[in-house]
Amino acid sequence: MKMVMTGNYASAYGAKVCRAEVISAYPITPQTSIVEKIATLVSSGEMKAQFVKVESEHSAMAALISASMTGARTYTATSSHGLLLMHELLIWAAGARTPIVMSNVCRANGPPWSVWADHHDAIAQRDTGWMQVFCEGNQEVLDSIIMAYKLGENPNIRLPTMINEDAFILSHTVEPVDVPEMEDVDDFLPPYNPRFKLDVDEPYGFGSLVMPEMYMEFRFKINEAMEAARQGWRDVEKDFEKKFGRNHGGMVEFYQCEDADAVLIMAGSIASTAKDVVDKLRSEGKKVGLARIRIFRPFPVEEIRKLAGMTNILAMCDHSYTFGHWGPMAQEVRGALYDLADKPLLKNYIVGLGGKDMTPEVIEKIYLKTLALKDGLDADIEWIGVKGHGGW
Amino acid sequence: MIEVRFHGRGGQGAVIASNILAEAAFIEGKEVSAFPFFGVERRGAPVTAYTRIADTKIRNKSGIYAPDFVVVMDPSLLNAVNIVEGLKPGGLVLLNTKLEPEKLRANLGLSPDQRLATIPATDIAIKHRLGSKSAPIVNSSVLGAFARVSGVVGLEPLIKAVKKNVPIKIDENAAAAREAYESVVIL
Repeated sequence: MKMVMTGNYASAYGAKVCRAEVISAYPITPQTSIVEKIATLVSSGEMKAQFVKVESEHSAMAALISASMTGARTYTATSSHGLLLMHELLIWAAGARTPIVMSNVCRANGPPWSVWADHHDAIAQRDTGWMQVFCEGNQEVLDSIIMAYKLGENPNIRLPTMINEDAFILSHTVEPVDVPEMEDVDDFLPPYNPRFKLDVDEPYGFGSLVMPEMYMEFRFKINEAMEAARQGWRDVEKDFEKKFGRNHGGMVEFYQCEDADAVLIMAGSIASTAKDVVDKLRSEGKKVGLARIRIFRPFPVEEIRKLAGMTNILAMCDHSYTFGHWGPMAQEVRGALYDLADKPLLKNYIVGLGGKDMTPEVIEKIYLKTLALKDGLDADIEWIGVKGHGGW
Repeated sequence: MIEVRFHGRGGQGAVIASNILAEAAFIEGKEVSAFPFFGVERRGAPVTAYTRIADTKIRNKSGIYAPDFVVVMDPSLLNAVNIVEGLKPGGLVLLNTKLEPEKLRANLGLSPDQRLATIPATDIAIKHRLGSKSAPIVNSSVLGAFARVSGVVGLEPLIKAVKKNVPIKIDENAAAAREAYESVVIL
């Protein structure tokens, strides 16, 4: 049924239609309304799940790892400092091969204190072994949860997934969202039934000490799964489209990239606004395009390489930063392009940190700056809109 | 695309009003989005919320800086925030007040093509026992008046959306919206 709802309610309904059985979460702005909505759905009986109240995000993740190991489908949501507090357990969840699905409402980290959109929290979890999806709209938030369980619970993958939605821009913005019928989701997503689980009638040991001759083998298996998940995401989205009639563009969504003189690469909600800008500039005869990184882990290397055949100028708009070495997504894009003989120019913009609004006007200026690079790069990296440093 | 900005005070229902307006337009088959500007909200502090309504999918996720309509839910905000900031030429301000529009118009700095409408939403809310006398909930009344003066949504879809979104006193809220629809004054 199509309803008007926030990204946070889309997350809660995503957990509901997937029949998540164990929920454990700790509230934090701007994630709180996900937890409140799920608590309401559980208490009214609309959602048959166990809601485990905890004193911190660290404990929420610990509870879900245990629940997932018994074979339960599990869900949580957090944001920013809550996600950072989970870090230790995120690595454990991936190592334990528990296909937990978590919504992360992307919010800047303090200090200075901020509650607004920024991808630094999610990017800081890059190396935990979690798959990561960045969403541009509320429908994608809900649909990605369904896809994440389907792929994550696949015995060849068995990895947790983080669904990233931008603070306020999605979390508190209402949009029309089609909530699938639970019966249709049941057809698409069978119950989770792992071969090995915590079961007193059939005991196994999990997560205990391994000697050096065996540890690396476990890490190799995780990486093997992550590599397989690359094709997994492409396939699961195709299957999803067959069942529900929607797709969100694959691992990287290409918008007007085919013959573009310049392409901006973005992730998250700013890419949605940028599509309006692309249309405007195209109507003025300026050939620009947009590539939206939807799946960040595993990294869509092949899709990024395809861009090299489409344009001569690429610019990565990072909604976060790595102090001391470019923006994190720009590093990944650069790495993916390195082996190509014929590489496009690549510039890196740092944009929108701490919720600095990415208006169509600002995005248009970035496009015009980027088109002007046809004679060569002016700089590897540029922070957009910083007061005292070329701020507009 | 129609863009609307709501000014209220924390606890008055400005955010819910922006959502109800979106839902009413959605019921009429439009594409919509609505969002609050989030400071760190406190009861009584100025709050801003926004609604976009369009015929095609709304992709712009940035803020609204040049609204077609401004809705002011609390008359005391006139002294606290610049409510006409960015208002488009030909735009309209709807104000919850008992004062005569002519007396207000001069103080607001509206250009000749910008319109002003007033509704005594506080009185209507109190009459229908919405909220308390000291803190009446005015959003349903203000929205009823908005439907009339803007022509952006019809009264019936609006009342449907009000009924769906208010937690209590559903019929009283619907009646307040209807009364405001019928009694709003446009200058």
